[in-house]
Amino acid sequence: MSDISRSINKQDTNAKTSGSIEYISDMKIEGALHARTLRSTMARARITNIEFPEIPTGYYIVDRSDVPGMNRVKIIFDDMPVFAEEEVRHIGEPILLVVGEDRAVIKEIIDGIKVEYEPLVPEFGYVNSVIHYDYEKGDGEKYFKDGSRIITGEYKTGYQEHIYLEPQGIIGIFEDGKSTVIGSMQCPYYIKNAVVQALGIENDKVRIQQAATGGAFGGKEEFPSLIGCQVAVASMKIGRPVRLIYDRVEDIESTTKRHPSLIKFKAAVDEDNNIRAMKVHVSLDSGAYIGLSGVVLQRAMIAASGVYTIDNLSVSGDVFETNTVPNGAFRGFGAPQMFFAIEMFINHVAQELGEDNLEFRSRHLAKQGEATSTGGHFRDPIIMNKMIDKVMEMSDYKTKRKQYSAKDDFRGIGMSWYLHGCGFTGSGEQKHIKAVVRLRKEKDNTVTVLAANTEMGQGAFTTLRKIAAGVLEIPVERVIYNNPDTDLVPDSGPTVASRTIMIVGGLIARAALKLKEQWVDGEEILIEERYKQPDYVEWDDETLTGDAYPAYSWGVNVAEVEVDKATYEVNIRNLWGVYDIGKAIDERIIIGQIEGGLLQGVAYGTIEVMDTKDGRIRQRNVTDYIIPTACDCAPVETVIMDNPFPLGPYGAKGAGELPLVGGAPAVALAIENAIGKKVMKIPATPEYIMELLEND
Amino acid sequence: MTEIEFVLNGKNVTIDVDPTKRLLDVLREDFGLTGVKEGCGEGECGACSVLVNHEIVSSCLMPVGNAMGKDIVTIDGFSKTERYRVIHGAYEDEGAVQCGFCIPGMVIATESLLNKNPDPTEDEIKDALSGNLCRCTGYNMIVSAVLRAAERGKGLW
Repeated sequence: MSDISRSINKQDTNAKTSGSIEYISDMKIEGALHARTLRSTMARARITNIEFPEIPTGYYIVDRSDVPGMNRVKIIFDDMPVFAEEEVRHIGEPILLVVGEDRAVIKEIIDGIKVEYEPLVPEFGYVNSVIHYDYEKGDGEKYFKDGSRIITGEYKTGYQEHIYLEPQGIIGIFEDGKSTVIGSMQCPYYIKNAVVQALGIENDKVRIQQAATGGAFGGKEEFPSLIGCQVAVASMKIGRPVRLIYDRVEDIESTTKRHPSLIKFKAAVDEDNNIRAMKVHVSLDSGAYIGLSGVVLQRAMIAASGVYTIDNLSVSGDVFETNTVPNGAFRGFGAPQMFFAIEMFINHVAQELGEDNLEFRSRHLAKQGEATSTGGHFRDPIIMNKMIDKVMEMSDYKTKRKQYSAKDDFRGIGMSWYLHGCGFTGSGEQKHIKAVVRLRKEKDNTVTVLAANTEMGQGAFTTLRKIAAGVLEIPVERVIYNNPDTDLVPDSGPTVASRTIMIVGGLIARAALKLKEQWVDGEEILIEERYKQPDYVEWDDETLTGDAYPAYSWGVNVAEVEVDKATYEVNIRNLWGVYDIGKAIDERIIIGQIEGGLLQGVAYGTIEVMDTKDGRIRQRNVTDYIIPTACDCAPVETVIMDNPFPLGPYGAKGAGELPLVGGAPAVALAIENAIGKKVMKIPATPEYIMELLEND
Repeated sequence: MTEIEFVLNGKNVTIDVDPTKRLLDVLREDFGLTGVKEGCGEGECGACSVLVNHEIVSSCLMPVGNAMGKDIVTIDGFSKTERYRVIHGAYEDEGAVQCGFCIPGMVIATESLLNKNPDPTEDEIKDALSGNLCRCTGYNMIVSAVLRAAERGKGLW
């Protein structure tokens, strides 16, 4: 049998290049009405009155009074209303839908609605903590008192907007007492649970179907639950299908983004220049509702010591509620913020100590068997030294680093080291998700994968089919994987957290092994597998200690930049990466994930600027919020090193989020090397670089 | 309402329509050509690219009135051609397609480039694709696909 990593063609490429695949906005649904959202224009206010124009026949207003169940979107904290109640808490908060046949008439109605507000004082700063966590490893307090050298650092990261090319869209249909919601999404069962709660009906009266999804990156993790509930309520009230398709402006203004953060470090360094203890605090801006922010905070906090072993670690964090658009899941989920911060800090500590940064970092680099930040263990081999040697050889790092350090050479090179915990944090898989997958062997000897995981461009269908086909030793063409429909597939969990290949793929591999043993030609056979946490994983939800993840993927990146001496624009010259993702199930798919993720990370660190003024997002379109074009992409050289994880299918670990994590710190360190100044925040814009150079 | 006549994917068509309606909406709604995508509605992302007299145009910026007498090709029509077959094969073999939402526009941009310049350099390709945003791939695989299409399709353009 050939190596599993050898690439095959994806099942959906043909329909995508020819434009024949149907995204949600392409679907023709008989009798469907259009909907548009009336939104709050105030950052915080009480709604005192809503005055409506005359509503023509065939047009409808749908608001909170139409929600038959609970007017709350089920996420983790049920704090976000489906439609605003008395108080609006951010600009863009949905108040009601206007539904009807003609979009021009809908717009006229929306323009004619007068909402009267009584303004309340909004909060935009890190003031109102709504979640606080802390955890402790060792006992570091004494090192902060015994005369050790204390070094501090404070880092800031900005918003990041997903800009999946397909804006959010969803359709609700209510027929014969049953609600069906079809749309662009990552997590069909999240939406199902949310719609059940909002409609207050039985579980079997809600059906969710994924349409082809034009990119997501976390942006279609929890947000579609909100609009899924809205169209479910609207279609139930009106009795006709309701389409809610966002345009780009609405999408940018009102959907979730990556949390801005403020991260503070304090390290105690002994006379041998080793960090003995470290204190870290993370502040995340959740926006107006908590949503997933608590879980994002946990992932950020757990990454506090990066890839380094710090024996005494004290980490705390807060989610601060502000009157801005709610933030949420975005590829990396808190880790990109923390890895930028820790990679800068560790380099800054080395610099203050007058040490060679490579030597200093290498001395602190985690080794197999050592304790993780949360006091769990790195059980599996860590091959970072090999990876680092490789990337330095590929990029000629040492020579260039020295050469570019010369004053007034505006070229620079930087290297980031990082890891990503695969799957849900802590006991999430075991306690909350409880994934189930099924394989059904049909009479014609094809095999259908029954799982709720979605294809959103990352190649999940192809990869998961390959795993099943590989174990069964049948051609991949005989394995079928359709867009999930909750009436047909069990809840194998959401398509998030770098869990799809490792966790769901692992279950598929186990089911396929069983099926192979029971295989009888011409008969239908159904196999079911349920997730079981590896025995070695011990995690305490209260103290946030133990094994936060069953496995870790690792990466190293080198970025080479040139800063324009006149405009301070950062030109990315070259990017290199070496990765340990266990085993690539399909090399070309993985390289696609790596190159795309890396560019998102590099852009997060440099050009992607989003900010708010008085609670309003100032960037309204891709004209204002700049993402890289083909002209901004640099050559990328990638090496994937096999380091099979015993419990992963074919040894595979997670790979979806990892490549984004290293981009920003690599490029920020390269900018430092180019300009000879410490970069303390991202995005490192030309304006910021100018400020650094002028504040000499 | 005005009667607008143009050639659409090789056929003469006439439509009675508000001439200020966006060509994008006319193509998607009146002709059902949903291969043309709306990504931004402001001419920045290129997902709605079509060929107008063989020039690449963002159909979200063009009022249908301006289509009068023009020759318009969308992905739905272009996908029936030999040139498409070569471009598709190259995109597939390079793994250049992820979520796919930008891809019909990218394919149109590829055709538009190769039609003018059958043997482009890497920089020329990047420049030609710079009006088409992709958030998934980081572009390198798409650039490689265009290079490969040019190489395989010698004589077609």
